[in-house]
Amino acid sequence: MIGFLGRSLVLLSLLAASAGMVLALASGLRRNAAALAWARRLTYVFALGMLGANLAMEVALLTHDFSVQYVAQVGSRSTPTWVTIVSLWSALEGSILFWGLVLGGYVAWATWWTKDRHPEAAPWITAVLLACGVFFAFLIAGPAHPFATVPNPPMDGPGPNALLQNHILMVLHPPMLYLGYVGMAVPFAIACGALIAGRLGPDLLRSLRISLLFPWSFLTMGIVLGGWWAYEVLGWGGYWAWDPVENASLLPWLTATAALHSILVVERKGILKGWTLTLVLSTFLLTILGTFMTRSGVFNSVHSFTQSDIGPTFLVFLGMGLVASLVLLSTGIGKLEPEGRIRDPKSREAAFLVNNLIFVMLTLTVLLGTVFPLIVEAVQGRQISVGEPYFNQMSVPLGVALLFLMGIGPALPWGRATGKKALESLLPPLSGGVLLVVLGFVFGARSPWLLLTLFAGGYALYVTFAEMLLPLWKKARAGEGGQGVRLLFGKGRRRFGSYVAHLGVVLVLVAVGVSTTGRQTIDVTLAKGESTRLGPYTLTYVGSHLEREPHRISTVARVQVEREGRSIAVLEPRLNQYPSMREAVGTPAVHSTPREDVYLSLMSLSDGGERMGMRAFRNPMVIWIWLGSGVIVLGAGLVLWPSRRSATAKVPSSLPRRREEEGGEGQLEVGG
Amino acid sequence: MSAATKKTRIFAVVALAIAASAFALITVGGLGENLVYYWGPTELRQAGDKAIGATIRLGGQVVEGSIQFDPKTTHLAFEVTDGRERVPVRSVGVPPQMFREGIGVIVEGTMTREGHFTSERLMVSHGNEYRAPTEGEHVDVEELIRNAEAPAEGR
Repeated sequence: MIGFLGRSLVLLSLLAASAGMVLALASGLRRNAAALAWARRLTYVFALGMLGANLAMEVALLTHDFSVQYVAQVGSRSTPTWVTIVSLWSALEGSILFWGLVLGGYVAWATWWTKDRHPEAAPWITAVLLACGVFFAFLIAGPAHPFATVPNPPMDGPGPNALLQNHILMVLHPPMLYLGYVGMAVPFAIACGALIAGRLGPDLLRSLRISLLFPWSFLTMGIVLGGWWAYEVLGWGGYWAWDPVENASLLPWLTATAALHSILVVERKGILKGWTLTLVLSTFLLTILGTFMTRSGVFNSVHSFTQSDIGPTFLVFLGMGLVASLVLLSTGIGKLEPEGRIRDPKSREAAFLVNNLIFVMLTLTVLLGTVFPLIVEAVQGRQISVGEPYFNQMSVPLGVALLFLMGIGPALPWGRATGKKALESLLPPLSGGVLLVVLGFVFGARSPWLLLTLFAGGYALYVTFAEMLLPLWKKARAGEGGQGVRLLFGKGRRRFGSYVAHLGVVLVLVAVGVSTTGRQTIDVTLAKGESTRLGPYTLTYVGSHLEREPHRISTVARVQVEREGRSIAVLEPRLNQYPSMREAVGTPAVHSTPREDVYLSLMSLSDGGERMGMRAFRNPMVIWIWLGSGVIVLGAGLVLWPSRRSATAKVPSSLPRRREEEGGEGQLEVGG
Repeated sequence: MSAATKKTRIFAVVALAIAASAFALITVGGLGENLVYYWGPTELRQAGDKAIGATIRLGGQVVEGSIQFDPKTTHLAFEVTDGRERVPVRSVGVPPQMFREGIGVIVEGTMTREGHFTSERLMVSHGNEYRAPTEGEHVDVEELIRNAEAPAEGR
């Protein structure tokens, strides 16, 4: 019953998206407003159909209706309710259904957003979005098929993958990632619209920037939560292993970040238009490639659940997207005329260009390392992988260069700068770099790359703070401090938010550098009552006990952590046994402080709990990675928060209005 | 286009071309140096001296009665087999709970001149369909590696 309802709703969405796409295309070709109005209505129908189908699946999951194939696959009567709810995205078919919901939300939002904006591109934007809708609805109706009927429904199911139900972060990580991934369809559609219309005016550019920044924030959160989940669940003491699944989420993030920066250059100087659109198109294609890589089972890992028809379908979609993008770029890019050029290598726009080149180099590096094993296996049938050292030796120098540029770029003025003026703005921040290096050295940093990271970080920190608070200082000097604060959160909010995000990036990169170079680890076996040392800490094995829950049995070891004779925590790393898995899944125990984490991973218990084997880590500054990421997202939120003016007044897109509305960037520039 | 802009443009193009080729060289070189080979004991033996120093993921079954573990130093020694060849493996660290005789494992490390494999990472294979091979039967090493995934391994 509920399966039938779900299937019907998916088909409704498929029909609505197909009809809407045709209507939108017709309206674009014949400039027919009525057809576009109908296409818009159909986007809402598509979104509602997806919402309904997802609700139907949730009902089926919660009522344990095992006649629905997906429920039979991941459902279980013994799992807690929260696990049952999130099992919607715990396996392939359900997660694609969930993607449909997210896409529906974005498509509806974009339709609403473009209602009275950019008439020249709107039909194309709607058509491209609905084309994505057609693909996903087709995928759900056909190859992925979560609502298929099970002829002889079982009484109970196996429950979702144990690793996934092992931690609460798994509730958050996939939706964030999907909100990031799927949302890239909107800037893609806008970029396609701009290329077909042959214009990238201020208004369209603003929509592009907002629609890119919004999913970018979610993608950032998704990537970080993924790393955090790995850290809290997998027990190997780290958060990033250059695993294909991680790389797949990083690739579009890199190009999207590059695009966010090049958009600023388009805004200010009217150049790099085609380049920016290329980055946006690549971002979307990389999300599809990433989905293909993680969902099709080409890499075998927790995330690639099974072999199926879904992979080839994605490949076809990817190929179509690639061809469409190339055709659009080759025909449309010539129409976007540059309004100037880069005149001075000491200018901010030149720094932006270098920033973009580095981001592209990073993307190519990671892409090559990720895809290479697939190519070798396809061509030669040999299994290989690319080791972490490759990724590290390529990404560390590029990352440090980016960090340094984060200081140089904002310190340089737009346009032209005399050598003297450039030096005047570039020299003082050196003190920030030197200060952080000295500080790091005092705390024991010796690795050359770490010291370089600290230098670049300190330099960037100096510039970021100076730029961030500049408007405030100017006002305060004039005795209007209160007005200055209002300025930061009002007119200058976009600028302020961007620098807040930069601050977060410095935090994250420095913390990553410190935590990877300063990590200490030991492997020990301890009898009950026995102790071992880990740096300044004494770890004592107190004992173990069993914890029974309906869906799992856990063996919990208790370890007392002391520092200088004072007990600071009792940690309980555990091994969880799920009925569906042969091997126990560990959950490490982490004690976090601003300075460092003590991280215990239980490996084994023997002699009836008399002896335990564990791996213990001392990970410096890891907490700052999570906090810094929060700061990044906070910054993006400050930029995105709708201003009162733009929320109430809708101005026709033909009027030039950008500088007035978002004056911050335009008026508060140093020497700009 | 003035002579000055033309000069800058040529300079930019040449600089970009040099940077791009340098980048390509470094990337491809870095890739070649850091490949991880997925081998079974037979392939490892066939590779001979090539296996020394190369990063290898060696898959096989733990030989009955070969496990030696010293809880004090956490030194671990055992042998893996694919039914034809045997390779002695040494590592330092507490093995996972599931590690025992007859189970499929993947070890990542390299071959030494002394003739044993030093492992830096030990993973237990937990494919649900895994079963112990009967005497003389070839262990499907690829299948084993596909199913490997352990706390030590990312995702």
